[in-house]
Amino acid sequence: METSHGDESSAFERTRSRLDRLGDPALKAITFVAAALAVTALVQITYELIKGSRLAFHRFGFGFLTSQTWDTIHNQFGALSLIFGTAITAILAIVIAAPLAVAIALFLTELAPKPVRALLGALVEMLAAIPSVILGLWGILILGPFVQNQLEPFLGSTLGFLPFFRGQTSPTGILTATLVLTIMVVPIVASVTRELFMTVPPELREGALALGATRWEMVRGVLLPAARPGILAAVALGFGRAVGEAMAVLMVIGSQIGIHLSLFGHSDTLAARIAGQYNGASTNLQTSSLVYLATILLVISLAVNIGAQLLIRPIDRRPRRQRIALDRALETQGMSAD
Amino acid sequence: MAEPVFSLRTSGRLRRRQLVSRMMGALAFAAALLAVAALAIVVISVASKGASALSIDFFTKSQPQGFQPAGGGILFAIVGSAVIVGIATLIALPLGVLVAIYVSELAPPRLARVARLALDITNGIPTIVIGIFVFTIVAAHQSALAGSVALAIIMVPLIARATEEVLLLVPPAQREASLALGVSRWRTTFSVVVPSALGGILTGTTLAIARAAGETAPLLFLTALGTTSYADANPFHPLQSMTFAIFTYSDQADPAFQAKAWAAAFTLMCFVLATSLAAKLAMARYRKKLGG
Repeated sequence: METSHGDESSAFERTRSRLDRLGDPALKAITFVAAALAVTALVQITYELIKGSRLAFHRFGFGFLTSQTWDTIHNQFGALSLIFGTAITAILAIVIAAPLAVAIALFLTELAPKPVRALLGALVEMLAAIPSVILGLWGILILGPFVQNQLEPFLGSTLGFLPFFRGQTSPTGILTATLVLTIMVVPIVASVTRELFMTVPPELREGALALGATRWEMVRGVLLPAARPGILAAVALGFGRAVGEAMAVLMVIGSQIGIHLSLFGHSDTLAARIAGQYNGASTNLQTSSLVYLATILLVISLAVNIGAQLLIRPIDRRPRRQRIALDRALETQGMSAD
Repeated sequence: MAEPVFSLRTSGRLRRRQLVSRMMGALAFAAALLAVAALAIVVISVASKGASALSIDFFTKSQPQGFQPAGGGILFAIVGSAVIVGIATLIALPLGVLVAIYVSELAPPRLARVARLALDITNGIPTIVIGIFVFTIVAAHQSALAGSVALAIIMVPLIARATEEVLLLVPPAQREASLALGVSRWRTTFSVVVPSALGGILTGTTLAIARAAGETAPLLFLTALGTTSYADANPFHPLQSMTFAIFTYSDQADPAFQAKAWAAAFTLMCFVLATSLAAKLAMARYRKKLGG
């Protein structure tokens, strides 16, 4: 491949220069095509899904979004109950996971001794690498019985006056799905947040501490405000993952249509419903309805992801944000002195 | 105001502030402990249940005919996973690297930004949606190849972003030295820039492989259907896969099947954790070498 310039004959020289004259535009063209392919994949996916869901759209229209039925016998399909299941599991999971993840990131960057930091950081990232089907297996065979025999009876006896904690206990259901999703989402949000905290300039921390702030006041007044848009973006990405997770949820949620308040009860999500019908779609209309579900899922994930990207981009404008963070730090000082 | 100015003992409000600070610290510690406990519980239960169900037969025999619970192994699930992920890598690696070269070396800044945004957004699309996309394209015709295409769509953004990151780490002086010697751009790219970023590209690819090997959802519609899939390695047939084996075994009430699910999960987890850990360590070392 590589020849030293010394032994190049003039014939080789000529081919080389011709190659070089062709090489540069060729490289540009090939890489451009590859990039265009990668970029247009997004458009292609959207187009194909819309095309695939046309049959169901013609039949049900936007009423699909507000209908609860999923009746394979009478060929009636609607997504409302699935949208509800997706929303409740993903929102509950992110509400539990977000504070936990931020706390873990704080511990990893601010409190833990140096050698522990690297080790724990690696462990948290390992948790993020565990395949979701394994989490699902663990969820159904280990977590499920625990939820049925310990957690749900406990919740029922202490918080049973609320409609959320009533009903038949079961190893599968919204509660189990939420817990599995939480375990999935925490490491994702935690590792991004940890990196955000590490990019906050040390002068800001030291400034706050030098002004007499306690460690927590420094975190609340400097670190969190400085990293806020990034944390929100990380939470949005985690939410997107929870919304789109199919396997782990399919294995633990109980696959049942219907809207109810009880967290103990079975339910189903958009992604899990699609995955669960992989070999059961008997009619074209049902297949098309599944593609319709995928289209809804795509729209949600595009909205969440674009939102997250918009949140991340302004991070590049550092100077202004640093000023704000510093102002906040000073303000906290003023307030804490009452 | 009347407090002595030089008192070194904490009291009153300061004491309360420090107490709050310590309490928050304890909460953060508890959260970290919880995360580690969750990881430990998952890993230990998979390891203990999985390791006891492992045997030589498990790796060298196939699932007995008629989906019998007893005996046999997951040989063809392993073979199938290797074929599916292997082909996906063959598609995604060159594509991802070319995209990264365009974005970091050749593209005008505005186009580069658009491409980056598109890659990040593609990376956030639920994998089941990508599976359905390929399903509509191949018109429901199942094959391992279709599964590979779906996995490749998942891998390209990962490889491209990782590669782009290491291409940016290659010192500009190396490129300039090569260009100054009269070497053309494409030769500079392939004989100076890419080789010096090779370590990073390979670790990024390894991470993408670890991710793809653990995917189930995109394969469901494309190359699954457990018992009807072929016991061979032909990519034009629908092949079995590790993740799909775990999923179908876990669905059965028979404890013998559950034991198989644990064993397969343990095997897959070892592979995924080992490869991603090795890739991360290599990446850290590589960064230090280039960036330091």
